[in-house]
Amino acid sequence: MDKNLIIQIIFYGFSTVLILSALKVITARNTVYSALFLVLAFFTCSAIWILLRAEFLAIALILVYVGAVMVLFLFVVMMLNINEQPLREGFIKYLPVGILVAVVVVAEMIIVITNGFGAITEAKASGLMVTSNTKALGSVLYTDYLYQFEIAAVILLLAIIAAIVLTLHHQTGTKHQDPGKQVQVKAKDRVRLVKMDTEKVE
Amino acid sequence: MIGLTHYLILSAILFCISIAGIFLNRKNLIVLLMCIELMLLAVNINFIAFAYFKGLIAGQVFVFFIMTVAAAEAAIGLAIIVILFRNRNTINVADIDSLKG
Repeated sequence: MDKNLIIQIIFYGFSTVLILSALKVITARNTVYSALFLVLAFFTCSAIWILLRAEFLAIALILVYVGAVMVLFLFVVMMLNINEQPLREGFIKYLPVGILVAVVVVAEMIIVITNGFGAITEAKASGLMVTSNTKALGSVLYTDYLYQFEIAAVILLLAIIAAIVLTLHHQTGTKHQDPGKQVQVKAKDRVRLVKMDTEKVE
Repeated sequence: MIGLTHYLILSAILFCISIAGIFLNRKNLIVLLMCIELMLLAVNINFIAFAYFKGLIAGQVFVFFIMTVAAAEAAIGLAIIVILFRNRNTINVADIDSLKG
């Protein structure tokens, strides 16, 4: 079979699944189903990225988004006891406006794209295709983009601290241990000897 | 033959689906966050398509940073939703109006 035909089959197949699952994300009745269809969208998108020779990012998309972010979404959706009904009101009312805006923006974008980039059909040969993708990405990430890479690390640290501090919940009236006091305790603090007179039984 | 245009149109369609999603689900905060994730995905497809067809690795580096920031944004956004639900017992955008903006 022709190589181009195989690429076309892969591209159109995964694009169709991607667009249909994106449509289900925004129209699903249950928020859990929206989250699960978003997972499907991420999977098909990573297949399209592999077609574009971005293997490292495709795997990172699955690990980071499907493995971490979407699990977080599902946790929150299932943890909060949400009443779905009031959240759906206005859906039918805004449906025509939403579809109209989306179709107009898509049409404008397609006109611009086909006029501007219609000539580019062949990938330009470069170091991107020769070495492995991870190697190429790492060699620029740790040299040219080192400063930005460290800022990204700080942003992740910030997100960790912010998420913990925001959701930290001090409950009053519960009994808890204080490890500092437990470590500093001395033997003489543990037992208190009390001297008292013997009592006579009458 | 699949050219740059095909990938750009795919990402434009995905972007507009998420815009429509923000219009339709304007009451549900969690679905709004999901639509933003979908938008970022569409932008990332653009970056990777240009990186491939122009033969430049910089586009992929940029996608790497976008994914970092998006993960941080999702974590903080969901934390805010959790404390909002704990305090107000709702995630309906229409009920969150104490700032009277």
